Amino acid sequence: MTLKSENSKRVALMVTCMVDQVMPEIGVATVKLLRRAGYRVEFPADQTCCGQPFFNSGFREQAAALVRRTIEIFGDCPAVVLPGGSCTAMIRLEYPHLVEAWPDWHERALQMAAKTFELSEFLVHHAQWQPKAAAGAPRVTYHDSCHMNRLLHLKSEPRTLLKAAGCTIAEMDESDRCCGFGGVFSIRMPVVSNAMTAEKLRRASATGADLLVASDPGCLMQMRGLLAGSEGRAEHLAVVLEELTR
Amino acid sequence: MSHVTFREFRSGAAQAIANPHLQQALDGATLKFRTDRQSRLAEIPDPDALRDQLKAIRSATLAHLAEHLETFERQAQAAGAQVHWARDAEEANRLVIDIVRQHGAHMAVKTKSMATEEIHLNPALKAARITSVETDLGEWIIQLAGEPPAHIVVPALHKTRAQVAELFTREVNRPLDPENIPALTTEARRVLREKFLAAGIGITGANIGVAETGSIVLVTNEGNGRMVTGAPPVHIAVMGIEKVCPTWDDAAVWLSLLARSSTGQPLSVYTTAITGPAHPDDPDGPREVHIILLDNGRSRLVGTQYEEVLQCIRCGACLNACPVYQEVGGHTYGNPYSGPIGSVLVPLLFGLKENEALPHASSLCGACLEVCPVRIDLPRMLLALRAEEATTKVIPWPERLIEMAAARLLGHRRLFGLLTDIGRVFQIPFVRGRSLRVPRRLNPAGARNLPSLSKRSFHAMWEDIKSEDS
Repeated sequence: MTLKSENSKRVALMVTCMVDQVMPEIGVATVKLLRRAGYRVEFPADQTCCGQPFFNSGFREQAAALVRRTIEIFGDCPAVVLPGGSCTAMIRLEYPHLVEAWPDWHERALQMAAKTFELSEFLVHHAQWQPKAAAGAPRVTYHDSCHMNRLLHLKSEPRTLLKAAGCTIAEMDESDRCCGFGGVFSIRMPVVSNAMTAEKLRRASATGADLLVASDPGCLMQMRGLLAGSEGRAEHLAVVLEELTR
Repeated sequence: MSHVTFREFRSGAAQAIANPHLQQALDGATLKFRTDRQSRLAEIPDPDALRDQLKAIRSATLAHLAEHLETFERQAQAAGAQVHWARDAEEANRLVIDIVRQHGAHMAVKTKSMATEEIHLNPALKAARITSVETDLGEWIIQLAGEPPAHIVVPALHKTRAQVAELFTREVNRPLDPENIPALTTEARRVLREKFLAAGIGITGANIGVAETGSIVLVTNEGNGRMVTGAPPVHIAVMGIEKVCPTWDDAAVWLSLLARSSTGQPLSVYTTAITGPAHPDDPDGPREVHIILLDNGRSRLVGTQYEEVLQCIRCGACLNACPVYQEVGGHTYGNPYSGPIGSVLVPLLFGLKENEALPHASSLCGACLEVCPVRIDLPRMLLALRAEEATTKVIPWPERLIEMAAARLLGHRRLFGLLTDIGRVFQIPFVRGRSLRVPRRLNPAGARNLPSLSKRSFHAMWEDIKSEDS
């Protein structure tokens, strides 16, 4: 084991607004996993939203205000971890150019981008945490969320963790097909969005897996919205891993 | 003029989604093209390097677009072609009609061409009492049906063979069996063969215009391109100015990716290069070749953040990859250009206000960028168009108010916490499990359940778990 400085074992959780308000158990599971991986977790209480909803609907001025706010709140943290690929992609790829007009903010945005990680990425590459295989782990199918897969290129990390924890992965056809969420798209074009979700769920259920696992709260909320009342279950990676590594 | 409001897009989409024939056609065709594209690209040594090379060629060409177009014009003229410049659709259509009239022709045969769809050439010819006959099988089918193309590459993707048989039956005045596909195509071949021989004019688009020799390249699968440019005495080609390519070496890179990305073929069945009219000792071929260079809003994009969209080679790979296109089909986009490329190109060429819904016809999943042979960042441009809509107030005020209020609220943690806590109380009568039970017509998510706010926020739960840190 390498000796790490005091700082490198501290990490800040950015829980995301959706997890905060709708699925807090994902946040709790994330905290527990980070602790199991040997980190002290901080939670800057002023945090709200990364600004992505506004950026995606074209309201860049409003987004930029939330960008600066978030940078301010997490400025002193050595590393920031999020239980979601989409918000991570927002911070890593969009923050710098959204505040490009202000050189000092731009510099801070670049720093923030460099120290912000999606949960599975952090656990695999930085914490180098290896869960132990649990007996009776479920057979799962994994949904590659668009921003996590195409923008952050995190495809193997969640699978590595699930397999290490004992899960069998039954890959669905086109695991990287969009779940239909797309933020405000899901409200602006609900019929299209729901038809896309149905396509996704058809492919997932064809695998016969016990559980559909996703790393993005947005996708999870979307897919659960159409799963309600059916047999199918969708769960966040953090919750699945946390249960298997107790 | 094209026009796609939110209401129009939503209702078109709902109709398309409720049409099982269309859904089956869309699923089948796009899946086949996606799969074939992948296998054909896997056959070449380094497809990604080739894509980078094409990207470099396309962006370098656009950086000196005027020079390359002038070279193209000079070389085409040297080869004996006549080159015309059309500022917009109206000018282009007038040029075509004038040429047809000069030759006293009454009928033109056409190959499938997105440029002529874009300028609505067929209706313009009809208004000038000139008969035009589409000779690409798919394009002929939709011409008989009086419909716009449903896909950039496969225009009649949405038609079942029963519908095709019905259209052909009406055209030839004789009952045709929908189950006998060879008989249907034979009938089309027979009818079209007569048209090729009778037409005074052949009209095509141009997949590529090669500047160093002033040649145009046509890519077809049915051989109709050769008939259109071989049989009639006059050939008119309408080419978007962005289709110019400096050299044949560049064109080779372009061609090696076009059919692979489009229909999943290594090359299309016919690749035709035309350099000027027929020579006196040629047994056949047109005596006159006219090339109309079409701007129609393109040059306006050069040097802007949208210039990249001009790199498009119209392969249609983004349509096949797009999960939105796969649900809504081409007609919902209300324009000849559909899918992700249409959602960017149409507002830029024909007006953002008139096509307000198109930049929002995307979940920003990025599948289009992933498959584009030229790696055009369509998601980035969709976002830029949305930002233009927000600042130019295309988005209606109630929505703008909500966006602005929500952003404000999220800037104040305590106020946000307070309001969501109030929400937790007011939602109680509507909560079922972890969903909100809202009457369907009041549910902005349609058939999908909206989530309820959790009993406690993570912020509240943190107080309990923060001290557990060892």
